[in-house]
Amino acid sequence: MAARITRQDVEHVARLARLALTEAEVEALTHELGAILDHAAEVSALRTADVPPTAHPLPLVNVLRPDEARTGLPRDEVLAEAPEAEDGRFRVPRILGEAP
Amino acid sequence: MKYEIVIGLEVHAELATASKLFCGCANEFGGEPNTNICPVCLGLPGSLPVLNEKAVEYALRVAEAMHLRVPERSVFARKNYFYPDMPKDYQISQYDMPITIDGWLDVDGARVGITRAHLEEDTGKSLHMGGGGRIHDAEYSLIDYNRAGVPLLEIVSEPDIRSPEQAKRYVEELRGALLAIGVSDVKMEEGSMRIDANVSVRPAGSEELGTRCEIKNLNSLRSLVRAIEYEAERQWALVEAGERVVQETRHWDEEGGRTVSGRSKEEAHDYRYFPEPDLVPVAPTDEMRAHVRATMPELPSERRARYVQDWGIREEDARILVDVPGLGAYAETAVAALDGGGTAKDVVNWTRQEVLAYLNESGGSPAELTPEMLAELVGLFAAGKISRSQAKDVLDESLREQKWPRDIVEEQNLSQVSDEEVLAQAIEDVLAANPGFIDEYRAADDKLKKKKQGFVMGQVRDALDGKANMQVLTRLLAQRLVS
Amino acid sequence: MTSAVEIAAGVRAGRRSARDVLEEHLSRIDEREGEIHAFNLVMADQARAAADAVDASDDKGPLAGVPIAVKDNMCTRGIPTTCSSRILDEWKPPYDATVIDRVRAAGAVIVGKTNLDEFAMGSSTENSAFGPTRNPHDLTRVPGGSSGGSAAAVAAGFATLALGSDTGGSIRQPAALCGVVGAKPTYGTVSRYGLIAFASSLDQIGPFASNIDDSALLLETIWAHDPCDSTSMPGARPSLETGSDVRGLRVGLIDEMVAADGIEPAVRDAVVRASDALAAAGAEVGSVSLPSTRYGISAYYLIAPAEASSNLARYDGVRYGIRVPGNDVAEMNANTRDAGFGAEVKRRIMLGTYALSAGYYDAYYGQAQRVRTLIVRDFDRAYEQFDVLLAPTSPTVAFELGAKTADPLAMYLCDVCTVPVNLSGQCAISVPFGDAAGLPIGVQVLAPALGEPVMFRAARAIEQAAP
Ligand SMILES: [Mg+2]
Ligand SMILES: [Zn+2]
Repeated sequence: MAARITRQDVEHVARLARLALTEAEVEALTHELGAILDHAAEVSALRTADVPPTAHPLPLVNVLRPDEARTGLPRDEVLAEAPEAEDGRFRVPRILGEAP
Repeated sequence: MKYEIVIGLEVHAELATASKLFCGCANEFGGEPNTNICPVCLGLPGSLPVLNEKAVEYALRVAEAMHLRVPERSVFARKNYFYPDMPKDYQISQYDMPITIDGWLDVDGARVGITRAHLEEDTGKSLHMGGGGRIHDAEYSLIDYNRAGVPLLEIVSEPDIRSPEQAKRYVEELRGALLAIGVSDVKMEEGSMRIDANVSVRPAGSEELGTRCEIKNLNSLRSLVRAIEYEAERQWALVEAGERVVQETRHWDEEGGRTVSGRSKEEAHDYRYFPEPDLVPVAPTDEMRAHVRATMPELPSERRARYVQDWGIREEDARILVDVPGLGAYAETAVAALDGGGTAKDVVNWTRQEVLAYLNESGGSPAELTPEMLAELVGLFAAGKISRSQAKDVLDESLREQKWPRDIVEEQNLSQVSDEEVLAQAIEDVLAANPGFIDEYRAADDKLKKKKQGFVMGQVRDALDGKANMQVLTRLLAQRLVS
Repeated sequence: MTSAVEIAAGVRAGRRSARDVLEEHLSRIDEREGEIHAFNLVMADQARAAADAVDASDDKGPLAGVPIAVKDNMCTRGIPTTCSSRILDEWKPPYDATVIDRVRAAGAVIVGKTNLDEFAMGSSTENSAFGPTRNPHDLTRVPGGSSGGSAAAVAAGFATLALGSDTGGSIRQPAALCGVVGAKPTYGTVSRYGLIAFASSLDQIGPFASNIDDSALLLETIWAHDPCDSTSMPGARPSLETGSDVRGLRVGLIDEMVAADGIEPAVRDAVVRASDALAAAGAEVGSVSLPSTRYGISAYYLIAPAEASSNLARYDGVRYGIRVPGNDVAEMNANTRDAGFGAEVKRRIMLGTYALSAGYYDAYYGQAQRVRTLIVRDFDRAYEQFDVLLAPTSPTVAFELGAKTADPLAMYLCDVCTVPVNLSGQCAISVPFGDAAGLPIGVQVLAPALGEPVMFRAARAIEQAAP
């Protein structure tokens, strides 16, 4: 069983989740997530080595579509919803690093 | 050599489907920005992916070509990380259950293992504004999602490659195969094929693997070779200085000619893969596999072997025919059109010399040429109707003007005189006009004999307006002078 | 109140106009919406145009002129779709959800978009960026959630029918608390295309109605294979007009849910009385144990947040919705998400991110998926013995606003009787059955995958026996 979640864990997870949490939020979440995960401990403790996981309730396989191109959305309609756009593109502040 | 380089490559090839991997948007290169987008590839709330059957078929074709196994079922997974060119902030990829595993590709007689080839979606493209267009110096960026959702096949090799040159050859072989089986147009310059290289070094003779670095997004063969060379030197310098190589992602700086650490100030990467709940597993059926096998085009390696075997040509000539798109098909049609005169080998010789030179110069493709014209030319030459140098000229004109060689030969009155009776008579005419020649000739030393032969040949050639078949003439004259 | 079946029949026969029906409902909205707040958006003008179009049409569908409310997490082209979140900021989708197309094609008239717990995360509709919805039976109490707006809209007579989504009980629990019928169909029967995802392997759209026949009618309308949803089930839809004859029907009371801690006595009594009524109508009633369902809540609160953490990554301030500036794109993403999401959404994103992260996947997410298998096996065993199962829908009747907002875990336990069915992908329906001091109680009928015909049959019998 994993150790109780720490403040540092919460801060790390917030970075992974791209949430700029306030100090107060970090504090509160450390307690709340701790309590929820304590409750989840009963699940972690179950012996399930021989039990396969169920990722999905549906037994389907091979749902495929034909390779046919269709017209997409009008660009103006899409860009009208963008917080910022320029030259037919979505504008974002500078990107600090290459994609991981 | 004091150290050995160990290289594994991850090649991302865009599949040449008509539509994207999970939606019906056109899979096109170079359109106006954000014109091939829909709720799905834009990751709009509520949208759902549906898998393109052609992409699955193409992956199965690659499995056939690379001797990969196709597990009973494969599963898509979400690779979670934030990046603005990725509309959902996760990439639909495959993780622990890829569509194909455990194959190989032969590269110049060495076998390179292929760990897996899996399907995933491409990202959009960013344009960096200000700061010379470089990501790190830019003021802001603009995103175009036309490429987002284009199907990629990520082909991961085992760390079986031992030199930059071999890495290049591996990629060339891979490209040739992907092109031949029609699954990708593998244009590195258009980004439809991109390579990540995992590079490590170890003392020569060691069996242990060193710490590797991943060099991202190499998009030319030249960059691939240079990046690996640089990176290996860099790592070996560290090893020799007693320092540790840090396992990390690095990026190739083309201008600087070096790899630079890709470490950002961000958290260590933790992709939190989990099965994609919006898609169901792919379980290729026997019918799907049989269909792929039945429609599999011939592989480059198979075609090379066939040319060598059937035409008796050299391996390196066969390679040229296979590697230059359309050239093999051109030669095959020409060989089939041979009408008695000349051999497949002749066709190949003319093809890889004159035809290829013409194509290189004109920038045209073999598909634009008429292979039957080459067959006719080979026939004319084999029948001795034209000399080698004439044949060159005729072929050149035939290629340029798309004219039949027989017509050119007639128009220019080039046809050689090969008729032995005509040539023998011409010899007799010269001898008759020069009484005493035979006696003088017989008395002469070898050097003078050569000269006297040359005199007769010149006289005959002039008498026949330069159209005498010199080969036949030489033989006839030699016979006449000894008898 | 007039049923959807009656309205559609009347409009089709020309006895009444869709427009008149709509105006009645709009006037009720005028009267009480101010105090209930069922809607994020009342679409009066569009609804009038739609009703007039139905009246003018020669080809009136099975839901002709029936006013319907739509949970505001289903995309409506050109009409703000918010998920009750600040982050979507009146986002107008460029497309319609498949269910929207289907109800419109059937002649239903969409009256508005209903309030919900932000991104459907909650059991009280208090987690809405636009303020809570109140229970029409008692304005000091919650309507349940997350589809509290849809449940309240039907209970208050604002709409005859409503669409909701159920990820862990979000249709059934508010239906129980508001005294209406709410069904979670088998996973894959109703297209999710255009439903803004919370937890993709659990989410399912379903009907709200004031009676079982209306519920069946709406489910029949929206149940269809959809090539735009890979998880949509192929095959023909069965008829849900299955009567109410329960003679010989094998009914199992779920021990763990009837006897669980925290089940209010009045709720337990209602379930027992409903089973007695079924027995009296000729059913064979027994009891059954589903031991693994006691882990349902824990498994659910790992799986659902994990999927949600990924589904909600896309709200990053780049393509739609709000943006809060930052010095670079990562900072902008983080600022936008912190400002745009409410506390419960952040809590679940954090929980889910943690459950999937390196070193914890196996202990949490992986383990929860195995528990999911155990729960499926429990149900499979139970359905060897029984045709349908019976349980409470909610452990309690409607609670007061604010009663559980300080304790996330207490709120999560509202779903104890409903989440197992989402984990197994099967179907269940909440049927009103009596009350406790004027507050409605719901009894839950569970059936195996695609067991809707028998589920509706048992539900009708319970409806007929209800006090
Ligand atoms: Mg990849
Ligand atoms: Zn698209």
